[in-house]
Amino acid sequence: MSDASLPLQAEDLEPARAARHVSGESRLVQWSLVAISLAFLCLFLFLPLITVFVEASARGWQAYREAILEPDALAAIRLTLLVAAIAVPINIVIGIAAAWAIAKFEFRGKSLLTSFIDLPFSVSPVISGLVFVLLFGAQGYFGLWLKAHDIQIVFALPGIVLATIFVTFPFVARELIPHMQSLGSAEEETALTLGASPWRTFLTVTLPNVKWSLFYGVLLCNARAMGEFGAVAVVSGKIRGLTNTMPLHVEILYNEYMGAAAFAVASLLAGLALVTLALKTLLEWHFADAIAASRRH
Amino acid sequence: MTRQRLRRLLQAGLTLGAFSLCFGVVTGARAQTELLNVSYDPTRELYREVNAAFIADWNAKNPQKTIRTIRQSHGGSGAQARTVIDGLNADVLTLALAGDIDAVAERSKKLPLDWQKRLPQNSSPYTSTIVFLVRKGNPKAIKDWGDLVKPGVQIITPNPKTSGGARWNYLAAWAYAEKAFNKDEAKVRDYIAKLLANVPVLDTGARGATTTFTQRGIGDVFLSWENEAFLALKEFGEEKFDIVVPSLSILAEPPVTIVDGNVDAKVTRAEAQAYLDFLYTPKGQAIIAKHYYRPRNPEAADAKDIARFPKVELITIDAAFGGWAKAQPVHFGDGGTFDQLYKPTR
Repeated sequence: MSDASLPLQAEDLEPARAARHVSGESRLVQWSLVAISLAFLCLFLFLPLITVFVEASARGWQAYREAILEPDALAAIRLTLLVAAIAVPINIVIGIAAAWAIAKFEFRGKSLLTSFIDLPFSVSPVISGLVFVLLFGAQGYFGLWLKAHDIQIVFALPGIVLATIFVTFPFVARELIPHMQSLGSAEEETALTLGASPWRTFLTVTLPNVKWSLFYGVLLCNARAMGEFGAVAVVSGKIRGLTNTMPLHVEILYNEYMGAAAFAVASLLAGLALVTLALKTLLEWHFADAIAASRRH
Repeated sequence: MTRQRLRRLLQAGLTLGAFSLCFGVVTGARAQTELLNVSYDPTRELYREVNAAFIADWNAKNPQKTIRTIRQSHGGSGAQARTVIDGLNADVLTLALAGDIDAVAERSKKLPLDWQKRLPQNSSPYTSTIVFLVRKGNPKAIKDWGDLVKPGVQIITPNPKTSGGARWNYLAAWAYAEKAFNKDEAKVRDYIAKLLANVPVLDTGARGATTTFTQRGIGDVFLSWENEAFLALKEFGEEKFDIVVPSLSILAEPPVTIVDGNVDAKVTRAEAQAYLDFLYTPKGQAIIAKHYYRPRNPEAADAKDIARFPKVELITIDAAFGGWAKAQPVHFGDGGTFDQLYKPTR
């Protein structure tokens, strides 16, 4: 048996090696491309990330604990998680609706809608924040009405949530649209023909098909929602312990000459992002077959 | 994933979302005796200590009506005024200069235009002045305002459009030039233009500028609040920087006020008023001196704290410029002298 299989393996190897040469580039080009990518990653990703953790631990575990458990820091962490917990579900619903509309239907202004979804990506976050101040601020268009009804939007939680939703809105839709478009609507049509209700079709056919894209979108959306600085800085009012999110708190600590504390909170923020990344990798690895199946469609 | 599981997931998500929404609205609306002090950049450390002392004081006297906490918000003085105009619910404003509170009074109509007459000494429980912070040993030999316009001297000062401290810097330089050039307007303007040409970067607030000079190591001289300069020495060690006191500087009076519209809506007038009054008490004045602000009542403060303040000839904004109401539009309004003389392209 083994005698017979050996030459077979050797033969199998040959075409593989040949195929590598077919791609055209020399080894040198390959390796230099790899080296450039690695150097880039080191310089722009690993080095800053390591710096954050090194600086955070510079004054020891005790100082780290104190920085995180300080009441203003805890309030910032709570606020950041709360904002993400509100903004992300809302963006999931809106994102699915928008992607569904664009991928499955033909209507006037469809390409315009697609471009508009990208708007938050192309607009500077400062402007995203300022528009809400202009709309809902005391001197804004709705300022008097809001004041008369004793509703506070900017410089309070609702403003921060609105700005976060605006900035993170495209993530879910952007992940879903190409995937839904590539799937087409044949399966849904079949389900509908077989008598399934539209809602059931959505839950049993569409959603399972795109669940991995949806999941990526949610992860990215969540990461950005927790990390957004620019737009939130404009609408926050920077009240410590009340409207200060984690990214804003990091800046404040740094400006107060509390570098170690600033990096401690920064490392926690980076840690949350890394957990998100780890979660994604873990699920990808665990459900590799399912993902491959859904991509094959 | 089965349909049931998906549905359960969806339900859980929606419940969580709805729950957190309710939670947010509730926490946003819950009535608490909380004050919000909207202040400028360098006062972070000062008010942290003032707040603790005042809360202890007030709660001992008013056990049935205690104050839970006093919130702080800091930024460039002009920028902070802007957020209050836009609706930030400040109970008290403690800004860098009267002009910024004037702007809030005019545009938000939440406090009377003559707010500055309501508390003693122009509503300023403490004063400060502008000094130079230089690198140890003063390598560029900067002794006075005249040395700032030498070629090759890099000056760090924040943007007068957004920072109160920067406006005091600018007016102090202007006052020096008027004296040095015998009020020859053309020469004064030439001096200011040269000074601004030596500024490589304009930060929005005093604290950002301090960071630029001390931590990023940019610039030869930092035009700084006296208190901010002392704080930098304390934080980074006296072996890194020197304070240079110029021949003439300006008496900076950072004023405080309650915001009537907000304290009446929040029913916090008594607390807010007592908070500002506390700044004038011996206890308040002692804390003020400890944080390198010049107290109005030096006898109340620790003599060692008072001894740190150098003697310097101080001009006042009222005497030299006719008050903020005049100085603000002439120098810092749209098309004012700053706009005319500052050329960012180098």
